[in-house]
Amino acid sequence: MTTPLLLGLLAGAILSGTSLLYATLGETLVERSGIVNLGLEGVLLVGASVGFAITAISGNAWFGLMAAAAAGALMNSLFGWLVVTRKANQLASGLAMMFFGFGASALIGAPYVGAIITGLPKWRPVWLADLDWVKSTTLFNYDLLTWLAVPVAILVWWILFATRWGLGVRAVGEMPAAAFAAGRNTARLQYQALLYGGALGGLAGAHLSLSLTLTWAEYMTAGRGFIAIALVIFSKWNPLRAIAGALLFGGAEAMELQLQARGSPISPFVLGMLPYLLTLVVLLAWGGSRRLAAPASLGRTFYGAN
Amino acid sequence: MAAPGELLDVEARVPATPMLEARGMCKRYGDVKAADGVDLRLNRGEIHALVGENGAGKSTLSKILYGFVHPDSGEILVSGKPVVLHSPQDARALGIGMVFQNFTLIPPLSVLENIALFLTDLPPVVRHEAVEKRIHEFAERFGLGVDARAQVRQLSVGDQQKVEILKLLLAHARVLIFDEPTKVLAPHEVAALFRVFEALKGEGYSILFITHKIREVLACADRISVMRHGKMVGSFVAGEADMEKLVATMFGEHAAVRSIEQPSPAPSSPTSRPVLELRGASCRASGNETALNGLDIRITEGEIVGVAGVSGSGQKELGDLILGLRPLAGGSKWLCGEDASAWSIARVRESGVAFIPEDPLTMAAFPGMSVRENLALGTGKRYWHGVTIAWQALEAAMADSFRALAFPMPPLDMPMGALSGGNLQRVVVAREMAHGPKLVLALYPTRGLDVLSAASLRELLLRARGQGNAVLLITDDLDELAELSDRLLVLFAGAIVGEFKRGAWQAEEVGLLMTGSRGAANV
Amino acid sequence: MSETATIISLRGSRAMHALIRFIGISAVALSVFGLILLAAGKSPLSAYADTFRNTLASAYGISELLVRMTPLLLAAVAVALPARLGLINVGGEGQLYMGAFFASWGAFLFPNAPAWLLLPFVTLMGFLGGAMWAVIPGILRARRLVNETVATLLLNYVSPLIVSYFVFGPWRTTENSAYPETGVYPDAALLPSFFGTRVHAGLLISLAALAVYWLDIEKTRWGLQMRAIGGNSGAAQRLGIPVPFWIVTAMAIGGGFAGLAGMGEAMGIAGRLRESLSPGYGYTGFLIAWLAGGRPLGILFMAFLFAIITSAGDTLQISQGLPYAAVNILLAAILFVVLARRPSAGTHP
Repeated sequence: MTTPLLLGLLAGAILSGTSLLYATLGETLVERSGIVNLGLEGVLLVGASVGFAITAISGNAWFGLMAAAAAGALMNSLFGWLVVTRKANQLASGLAMMFFGFGASALIGAPYVGAIITGLPKWRPVWLADLDWVKSTTLFNYDLLTWLAVPVAILVWWILFATRWGLGVRAVGEMPAAAFAAGRNTARLQYQALLYGGALGGLAGAHLSLSLTLTWAEYMTAGRGFIAIALVIFSKWNPLRAIAGALLFGGAEAMELQLQARGSPISPFVLGMLPYLLTLVVLLAWGGSRRLAAPASLGRTFYGAN
Repeated sequence: MAAPGELLDVEARVPATPMLEARGMCKRYGDVKAADGVDLRLNRGEIHALVGENGAGKSTLSKILYGFVHPDSGEILVSGKPVVLHSPQDARALGIGMVFQNFTLIPPLSVLENIALFLTDLPPVVRHEAVEKRIHEFAERFGLGVDARAQVRQLSVGDQQKVEILKLLLAHARVLIFDEPTKVLAPHEVAALFRVFEALKGEGYSILFITHKIREVLACADRISVMRHGKMVGSFVAGEADMEKLVATMFGEHAAVRSIEQPSPAPSSPTSRPVLELRGASCRASGNETALNGLDIRITEGEIVGVAGVSGSGQKELGDLILGLRPLAGGSKWLCGEDASAWSIARVRESGVAFIPEDPLTMAAFPGMSVRENLALGTGKRYWHGVTIAWQALEAAMADSFRALAFPMPPLDMPMGALSGGNLQRVVVAREMAHGPKLVLALYPTRGLDVLSAASLRELLLRARGQGNAVLLITDDLDELAELSDRLLVLFAGAIVGEFKRGAWQAEEVGLLMTGSRGAANV
Repeated sequence: MSETATIISLRGSRAMHALIRFIGISAVALSVFGLILLAAGKSPLSAYADTFRNTLASAYGISELLVRMTPLLLAAVAVALPARLGLINVGGEGQLYMGAFFASWGAFLFPNAPAWLLLPFVTLMGFLGGAMWAVIPGILRARRLVNETVATLLLNYVSPLIVSYFVFGPWRTTENSAYPETGVYPDAALLPSFFGTRVHAGLLISLAALAVYWLDIEKTRWGLQMRAIGGNSGAAQRLGIPVPFWIVTAMAIGGGFAGLAGMGEAMGIAGRLRESLSPGYGYTGFLIAWLAGGRPLGILFMAFLFAIITSAGDTLQISQGLPYAAVNILLAAILFVVLARRPSAGTHP
């Protein structure tokens, strides 16, 4: 493989991987608290559509970004009300949120289809901009979300493993009865995890419409939410590993584009299958150890002390 | 029997007010008075045992003292001051901590994280080294050494219990309540726990522990309080009490002292055929399980063979192996003369192996399905009729079984989960015994049963033997084994370390073998 | 003896339960539908009228409802059967595509075979395709390697891509066509339709599937074992029931039903293989099964309701100018109400 191809791949991987990483981080946080949100796809779509709409209205992508984060948090809070307060089945509730996201994003975005917006501004450090091999690519010419992607991942990791709050969240996800016995407010911890996770999801969606494509179209996330859910498992619920995962899967997407652009005979469909098959293979290979890695109480409803 | 108030001469030697006191505790659950005017005093620097039979009210009292349960009436005083406990948080704030039978530890988290989770005075960013230091201090002082960085799931049960204690100590508890702490411990772990109690007592901590094992209580407690049917019926100082007095208090004046009874005569049949044979049987283990090594066991018709062992000795694995749930890794298994080493569970059962488990609700029954369906599911292929089940034939056969056992048959449409524990066990037994099993495999069959149901089950096993069946009784209850076993095998760490004929063994000797404190005997 | 538990006999009132649920949920649907329309500045009444006109008011309307119900029934049973064992099959979508793929392959393989041979063959292929796609997660679950929810979810994305590959590639029609699609199937492979409507024999297949599901679960000894596994798999194993075998079998049969849905859509409606074969029937089927509590009559009612709702979506788009996707909000709202109604509402029996 030639250098331009490799660099192009890397650049594409980073661009594609940004929204994947934010989505994965958000879902990791939520799943660490014991909740699985199949409706992540809906959260991403809502984030993308709200971000785009607010940007189109206000002319300012920062407002759009903030609105997207808020919308994501709101979506997850609604989900939280269903699964934490009403103690509903998480899978069904997640699918409900997915449908809701499909519909709500379509309604929100409909008036703005085709609108032209100025997306998030990009920066490139001057000392890199002068390098030849950098100039011709999109490398290091990123918007804020991409620049902050890895730091945010490290932050999420640190919060989960070095703070009291993170310990509480992990305890709830492993054994809510024990967390409850230790005096923690399990419902509050889960709501908080959902809130922050939702905001990250909203940002993930916004990156697509405000930076990557600068458009809005129905269902534009094309299953990224589910790839992110797979990525959470792939990275064993560890935010740091998620960086590698997002890069890898983003790379698969980028590979698709690169090969198409170069008229390669490998079908884009086959490439499109890679992320899912890869995840399945990884799950198979890890088998037992992955089971140990998952939060023990993931997906279970906690009915309070007995 | 001394009433609590009559220990004045002892009290005079203890100048301080009790650390924890309960006065006139009452708690009623429906018709049952779990606590009926109970008084209890726990002094500073005292190891206080709370004993009584199942259902005496010990658990309820301790849960009240921990704020887990609200009493209907009565007072709780901490260091002489009356308090109201709305929840365990209140109790903990007052320095009362409780270690339950089921640990509230989170297995995938480390010891340090589990303890940190529990502490309320940590800063938002947890300083792991500082917490570790504190853990080490307490561990050193009281003999509670554990690796703070280890994951809890890698620890033995005894070590996990140490973590529970450390949790409470670091959270500034001065009163520690233990609910049946030795139930899941091996004997050397029990000894270690009692050493910890002594160390804590020496530094002024107060310990209240609930148990029904009288021998332990006599070994380590300073004071012993006895409950029966929700009332406090006796309080002794160490030295005052002995086995007979305690048993009499626990069971009332006319209760027979439970010692090893006269053996019932075994039917003599020297040419009985072997029903089950294990030749050099081994099986693998993973995680917490115990591997079995080269077991040789032979059970003939018309005999009851008991297998004694403590938790972790491999008893459960042995039951699974015989049933077919666990594959043989070496050696062979023979049922009625046929090589059954590779048989499926269905085939094993078809050949006449009945299984009476310790917890029938979770191990052998389907709570959401009707009694009728439960009966059908336990009979394998026997009543298969084309695409469906021959319900009438099944019901007739089951009715016969219930009659033969003199059990009342519940309505067949009733959901299994709606039956009481004893009745559920009876349905399972009737189902298992319905077709004259050649081998009855009983695994802790009377655990959790009330006294009457337990006695009736033991009678049943004796009757099965009388009818020429073989019974393999796997349990840790030595009294039961003494009453029932024609032959006793002792299992320790996955191997047979002793074999005895009826009447030819003593409880202490077997106890030592069970705990590996003495080498193999008669093997 | 003081057993005070009541004997619950559902035999007579099962139909009543299902009917009451259906009416209740329909009422919710209507109200929410109205609210959404009001919020979007449209008139609910005219929307109701339009929907009614397009669905229940004419024979054609009803026939279209039946057309929509066909794949929904199959997709719901695809979820409901494994659910009896406690398995969660969210892979209806992927299994559907695989069924369509296999059926298409069968049709293109023997284009000159007579209908009485080709049609059953193609149906069998459809079943096999879906079954195979579900067996993979089934085996993974039976060997305790991967949770079937995750596995089926992931595979949902793979089979549509396989279909796309063939549609854009080896099977692409040589005719000049606006959409990427395959050539038409040989006539012999097409499912016959009735009375000049689009209702096709697939409806009979789906009703048969529902009946088979009901019979199996309620009446056969296999259904008894499956329910036992769902009730207490540990006890089932100890009593000799071959749990891994049933896990794989139930997944296979469920997947097969979903595959039949795909085959039905391809051979009964589209007449050729296209990328966009299913607008999410698999997921809708999951919801139908879940709302119906896995009960066959409930599935029938819910599928009917969802058919009306999706039809309403078309109406919304055409006559009210709302994007079709808005109907998703309606679906979501119904679910919200059911989920929020009481703790653990809608769980399986």
